[in-house]
Amino acid sequence: MAEKVLMKGNEALAEAAIMAGCRHYFGYPITPQTEIAAYMAKRMPKIGGTFLQAESEIAAINMVYGAAAAGKRAMTSSSSPGIALKSEGLSYLAGSDLPALIINVQRGGPGLGGIQPSQSDYFHATRGAGHGDFHMIVLAPASVQEMVDLTFKGFDLADKYRSPVMLLSDGTMGQMMEPVSLDMGEVKEYDKSSWATNGTKCEREHNVVNSLFIQPDELERYNFERYERYAHIEANEVMYSEYCMDDAEICIVAYGVAARVSQNAVDKAREQGIKVGMIRPITLWPFPKAVLNAAADKVKAFISVELSMGQLIEDVQLATSCKKPVLLCNRTGGMIPTTEDVLASINKANSVGGDK
Amino acid sequence: MIVFDKPKALADVPLHYCPGCTHGIVHRLVAEVIDELGIEGKTVGVAPVGCSVFAYNYFNCDMIEAAHGRAPAVATGVKRADPDNIVFTYQGDGDLASIGTCETVHAAARNENITIIFINNTIYGMTGGQMAPTSLPGQITQTSPYGRDVNTVGLPIKVCEMLSQVDGASYLERVAVNNVKNVRNAKKAIKRAFQNQLEGKGFSLIEVLSTCPTNWGLTPDKALKWLEENMIPYYPLGVYKDKYSEEGK
Repeated sequence: MAEKVLMKGNEALAEAAIMAGCRHYFGYPITPQTEIAAYMAKRMPKIGGTFLQAESEIAAINMVYGAAAAGKRAMTSSSSPGIALKSEGLSYLAGSDLPALIINVQRGGPGLGGIQPSQSDYFHATRGAGHGDFHMIVLAPASVQEMVDLTFKGFDLADKYRSPVMLLSDGTMGQMMEPVSLDMGEVKEYDKSSWATNGTKCEREHNVVNSLFIQPDELERYNFERYERYAHIEANEVMYSEYCMDDAEICIVAYGVAARVSQNAVDKAREQGIKVGMIRPITLWPFPKAVLNAAADKVKAFISVELSMGQLIEDVQLATSCKKPVLLCNRTGGMIPTTEDVLASINKANSVGGDK
Repeated sequence: MIVFDKPKALADVPLHYCPGCTHGIVHRLVAEVIDELGIEGKTVGVAPVGCSVFAYNYFNCDMIEAAHGRAPAVATGVKRADPDNIVFTYQGDGDLASIGTCETVHAAARNENITIIFINNTIYGMTGGQMAPTSLPGQITQTSPYGRDVNTVGLPIKVCEMLSQVDGASYLERVAVNNVKNVRNAKKAIKRAFQNQLEGKGFSLIEVLSTCPTNWGLTPDKALKWLEENMIPYYPLGVYKDKYSEEGK
């Protein structure tokens, strides 16, 4: 059994990135992700890595683009308004097939919003992280341990699929402390010699990192190829966890902090004899469509519990082909639904669902 | 005996630039310098949006296409990843002095050990001739059809003068490629800017006054004359900062 240490989510994540071989961090101050930058500022100089506080979020993501182009594991972190500024860079990373890890410790929006936890960047992360046809793999941790595990895995997925990966966290995950194991295992190395711009050494043709294809048929071909890769990701990389789903008649769908609250509500409802369970997506893209669609043939209703105004719910409806009603249990603006809020929704689902 | 040949660092392909455009000259100067310093194998170029965005087709070293204005940030990432490599950006005036001003100033402030080739032709070329931050007062462009009105859009940005006030920057020089003498000076400056990086001397930027005959609506020879008569008086040539020479201090 690996030794566990008590760590704050943001700091555990930063250490996991270092353990994953990331030696290039570029960021810009914003709450509530600040500890990641502060941790990197302390650690990177000691291990021969780069910590650079960029002049803007935009510059930071472009520095990531440069380091990633050179074939290095690179990351940036920010919170919602800052992530919006990185959108252009995310699109360029995807368009140039560059691996990188982007951390979004979400806070309330729109606009300057607030600094309390939120999940209102769900659409941004899963639908519209930038212009053009592309996806990012989106990972949603629900504990400090998962902040660590998914950071480690995120770098691997990024290299494996040559794609930007986003870790979609929130202020709660970032700020809370839990015991974690940092026993990550081996870092898998990927051969980047066919594309990395780290100098030809006059031994090979030059490599070009580029997202510009002026001929429409060529651009279409690249997009088709990328979507073939995406299909492979959808078939192989879906992650989720199930809780009390064996006999469930009501299924909660929730990720991150909303899933933690929901799990308590499931326990309480079960004490009252209500058969409720939970499916917690760990990858928000690719979304665990198949397991939800199968659940739709068994349960009488779904509840989307989220810290946003009905964003996750759309994926639940799509995945289940609207076979069963999907209720929304949500708070927003930095507010977190209570166990009682979720319980109330469970009771409502229990009645609106009626007979199966 | 071959007395005149393409530099090795330049690919043997036709350039897409308009007849009379001076990008070709500057590409050649950069490639000659790369050859002379023997650094092709460890050079990485960054060319962002603009007419020179296709530079990745022309230089034989590793190349990166970057978002509009972001080349100094991308170059920073490349240089920090591989400090022994030589990293240059090749940017136009809209790119460097408008949308990318922030990245330019801060790369200079950090004295980032990179080389910037800055093409100032007072206009957005690729998008069809719009007013640039460097367009001259009164200059007619697609988006200043009555001439640049300094009362409503302000005066041009003089990049070398501006950056000379940034303590971090090491070497700033403005050159032109309108005649043989100036082309030779431009090459000297570009070589110095690459040498500085090899010696770890930090941020070097060479502003190259260039022509855009197509969007200026001039023949190539008249464009060269226009550069000489209008641009050079407004943008005087010379070294604006040289941390490593006596007179530059």
